[in-house]
Amino acid sequence: MELDNVTLSRLLTSMTLIFHIIFATIGVGIPLMIAIAEGLGILKKDPHYTLMARRWARGYTITVAVGVVTGTCIGLQLSLLWPSFMRIAGQAISFPLFMETFAFFFEAIFLGIYLYTWDRFKKPIYHWLIILPVILGSTLSAFFITTVNAFMNTPQGFTLENGVIKTVDPIAAMFNPAAPSKTLHVIVTAYVASALILTSIAAIQMLRGKMTDYTKKGLRLAATMGLIFAVLTGVTGDVSAKFLAHYQPEKLAAIEWHFETEKGADFILFGTLDDETHEVKYEIRIPKLLSFLSFSDFNAPVTGLNEFPEDEIPPLYIHYLFDIKMTFVGLIISMTFLFVAFSIKKKNWMHNKLLLTGLALTGPLAMINIELGWMIAEIGRQPWILRGFMKVSEGATTAKGLGSMFWLFFALYLFLGIFCTIVIRKMFIHNPPEEELAYRNKK
Amino acid sequence: MNTELLGIIVLWTFLYGYIIVASIDFGAGFFAYYGKVTKKDHLISNIISRYLSPVWEITNVFFVFFFVGIIGFFPSVAYYYGTALLIPGSISLVLLAIRGSFYAFSNYGSKENKIYLFLYGATGLLIPASLCTVLTISGGGYIVEKNGVIEFLAEKLLTSIYSWSVVIIAIISVLYISATFLTYYASKAKDEGALAILRQYALFWTVPTILSSFLLFVGLRDNNLHFYQNIIDRYWWMFLLSFICFLIASLLILLKRYYGVAFLFVMLQFFFAFFGYGAAHLPYILDPYITIYNGYTNETSGTMLVIVFVLGLLLLVPSLLFLFKLFLFDAEYVQGKK
Repeated sequence: MELDNVTLSRLLTSMTLIFHIIFATIGVGIPLMIAIAEGLGILKKDPHYTLMARRWARGYTITVAVGVVTGTCIGLQLSLLWPSFMRIAGQAISFPLFMETFAFFFEAIFLGIYLYTWDRFKKPIYHWLIILPVILGSTLSAFFITTVNAFMNTPQGFTLENGVIKTVDPIAAMFNPAAPSKTLHVIVTAYVASALILTSIAAIQMLRGKMTDYTKKGLRLAATMGLIFAVLTGVTGDVSAKFLAHYQPEKLAAIEWHFETEKGADFILFGTLDDETHEVKYEIRIPKLLSFLSFSDFNAPVTGLNEFPEDEIPPLYIHYLFDIKMTFVGLIISMTFLFVAFSIKKKNWMHNKLLLTGLALTGPLAMINIELGWMIAEIGRQPWILRGFMKVSEGATTAKGLGSMFWLFFALYLFLGIFCTIVIRKMFIHNPPEEELAYRNKK
Repeated sequence: MNTELLGIIVLWTFLYGYIIVASIDFGAGFFAYYGKVTKKDHLISNIISRYLSPVWEITNVFFVFFFVGIIGFFPSVAYYYGTALLIPGSISLVLLAIRGSFYAFSNYGSKENKIYLFLYGATGLLIPASLCTVLTISGGGYIVEKNGVIEFLAEKLLTSIYSWSVVIIAIISVLYISATFLTYYASKAKDEGALAILRQYALFWTVPTILSSFLLFVGLRDNNLHFYQNIIDRYWWMFLLSFICFLIASLLILLKRYYGVAFLFVMLQFFFAFFGYGAAHLPYILDPYITIYNGYTNETSGTMLVIVFVLGLLLLVPSLLFLFKLFLFDAEYVQGKK
């Protein structure tokens, strides 16, 4: 089968993003967790937390490295794979792209300082202060880059004449209607996923029999933060639904298999769809909830897919992705909620094997959810690359050789993924926390 | 001055910054591997890793910065170069990715791994070799537009003597810049063993540096005459200054004196040569398709990018200085006491 350039460009971009987003998510969330751990260590004068921050920071450097290089890949691939898109959109999005680089530069400088100055300050609080610009930098870079994606969904702030941009208002382009809900959701979910990855690591250690004070403290801190952020995600998800209903109704309608515009629309979860008749079967249907989620009014009309030309409707399978995502959200919240509830009321149930197994799963589930969320967002924008202005099929490169480039990058990501895992494992297995603590106390 | 010119100067300055810091980094990778092979690594690897550890990531950001900046100021660059350079661009990207990640793997992971070190050393030479071809391409003749289809003449590039002389000068310059910097760093660390070896490396690369520059001039004359004429007629003095700086730097290193000042002159040497080259290249970004005027973004975006850039620099320069104060200019850190 011969794939065309558009399909290949999409495949290569998806692959890069699927790989990069793992490291980008960790990159945004982990610094916050490091700051909390180091801060607790200083407040409680508890060397366990300080050690936790130190170890997390060390593992973090490896993921940052992979994040940096894959981020460079996607940055350049935008121009290499979508030159026509960049020629049009480049003028409007250069501002946030530029700002993103600055934010990242800022982060990189302070991360370098943070890593190498653990014992160089007289007061530990000075060292803690250095992580703050790292958090600021990573969160801001997530913010800026997400506004670029938001711009693709709700482009504004420019005028087009014969396919050429005439005037641009970069600020209006950046603060487009999709920006607030998207950036908020991306940043908060990055915090959730990072906290839950750390939860998983601690839980796996405990399942392997390492029931030490260190792992117990680590699990409790990470899982509690995970729950807090996960609850916040509910809020940001709600903001996203309201945004979609207003500005991108076809995406919401595709997610919800909502065909007829109607008042008091039902919320649909699970189920199957008959492609011909658009009949939904075996679903869970909550009456009028979709209207409520969209407009805070049970009787508000929700636009359906039938209002749109057939070639401007996103693929309907994104509903299934949404189902999986919501199931995982349910699992994550119940696991962490149980754990936190036990940690307050029933301490001896906290480290129950079954619960630990569940907690060990939350990290991977959260990461899968990040991927699913992006897939829903991106596939849900189809067929547009710049909604209303340019279709994906018009943006791809005309250059030859895309197929081999796909495999080249596939090999690269495989290679990086394998080595990254090996290195991180080695780093921690060869140097268990108890030994490290003893060594540091001696010094 | 118009904003088009201001924009390209800003970008060119950034590219210059990248060339200096990246050369130090690329060359250091090569020397680290070379040291290992010639069993001198116990003398120099310490110096190299102490400098590189805190700064490698910043080097990479410099590159991304330049890249994002040029797309921002001159969006047509994305269209022409993006279409033409899919394959060479992707290969450079893979090399950069391998280098960045394997540096982190070997530095924070397992220090003694030879494969990591080899990948790190080899990419240190391959990356400048592949990136510098973009400069060759920008001189014109390798990207053609026929009936709206952009074509990259890879074969012509690969068989051109001029293009290879650019590759050679790039590699030699990398080793030269890196060796002179590391000499300075070793002297600062009062590490006599490392200093002796690194000073040798530095001196070794002086002559090839200047010889290859002449080769480049000859190649340029055959390749792009009006560009060459521009250099000879209008910017000859920049290259003369560059040559004088080169002489001063080499002399200081030869006399074993003021290594810091010597490195400063190396930086000036490349500053004059690089800006002379850039000035002579104007107004073209891609000869003859993109100039800084026809490829320029709209006025609003351009002005805003300049403002953001200045504000950003106000933030970054103090942070960079803070970093340098902690790692480069802190004698105790350099000497390994911290």
